[in-house]
Amino acid sequence: MAEFALPKNSKINGNGIKHAVAPGAKRAKTFRIYRWDPDTAENPRFDSYTIDLDQTGPMVLDALIKIKSEIDPTLTFRRSCREGICGSCSMNIDGTNTLACTQAIDDVKGDVQITPLPHMDVVKDLVPDFTHFYAQYASIKPWLQTVTPSPSLKERIQSPEDREKLDGLYECILCACCSTSCPSYWWNNDKFLGPAILLQAYRWLADSRDEMTGERLDELEDPFRLYRCHTIMNCSNVCPKGLNPAEAIGEIKKMMVERQL
Amino acid sequence: MGTGTQLGRVRGLGTAKSGTDHWWKQRITAISNLGLVLWFVISLVRLPDLTYATIVAWLQQPIAAVPLVLMIVSVFYHFRLGSQVLIEDYVHHEGNKVLAVLLLNFFALALGFTAVFSVLKIAFGAV
Repeated sequence: MAEFALPKNSKINGNGIKHAVAPGAKRAKTFRIYRWDPDTAENPRFDSYTIDLDQTGPMVLDALIKIKSEIDPTLTFRRSCREGICGSCSMNIDGTNTLACTQAIDDVKGDVQITPLPHMDVVKDLVPDFTHFYAQYASIKPWLQTVTPSPSLKERIQSPEDREKLDGLYECILCACCSTSCPSYWWNNDKFLGPAILLQAYRWLADSRDEMTGERLDELEDPFRLYRCHTIMNCSNVCPKGLNPAEAIGEIKKMMVERQL
Repeated sequence: MGTGTQLGRVRGLGTAKSGTDHWWKQRITAISNLGLVLWFVISLVRLPDLTYATIVAWLQQPIAAVPLVLMIVSVFYHFRLGSQVLIEDYVHHEGNKVLAVLLLNFFALALGFTAVFSVLKIAFGAV
């Protein structure tokens, strides 16, 4: 059966450390952060850090960086661009998968609880293992494929209307917020490609310059790879870029039916 | 099977080359269920009473028996398709999965045919 409870070694223990800092802070805020260190035999725990918001930038990532540099250098998380374009700092904040760099601290009421993306193997603290996710991405061949040789010294022409069809698709930054919010992906991610990869697959199916549409659809014609999507829509709810993977998956299903009727 | 690499594991046994048919038939039977079940409920409400004699007399008309048989086929087919998806979602042990789908097929077919047979028996007046 699908595993509905956390495995024994993933259960949170009560040994979280309280880092009470920020004396005299007018706007104190507490962050409860998931901690797990692969080098110890200990189960994961929640550490809490209280910081002064007047001394911190507005986003959750600002707080994480402040905690790491001023309170606890062992805290581990991915980050890079700090402006929602690289997709590195995706994590679960206050129960919702999102990017720490675009999530305002003020929008979270009470303590800010932060855990890694759900249902992924954890490398350390807030860093999930993306190996399988990236292999799934590679499996859909995310590049332009054609039979026609490329025009010499010229680009492949695309009309502005055809280019517009890629809007809402090309912006995906592969942060995996959507895939890891999808129950179908939780239970069957060994075979189900998940919303992020399917949105990417549709990005190439929708490209007027690509000539491998049939082959691409063949590769998705499967009860698990595509049809585990049951239109739960968590993906579209959480996408920090405001994209709509559920709609893209619907478009793929339409193409599948279209070529049979 | 290329289980030695991450991409090999993702590619696995390849695609099943099916899935659309199952999904599409589930949509079609959902639509037919909607119409037929609505007809069924409205018909029952419009009957003067729900006594045994009234129902038998109603079912002996082809205008009632034919849509009812269609409804039974549509509902049971939809049930079979949907339950299979449910089993595939949650039952991960290969043996149990095959067994569950097998039992589901037997169950849906047996119950569906029994229901159709019952309607036909009444419709053809052997009561």
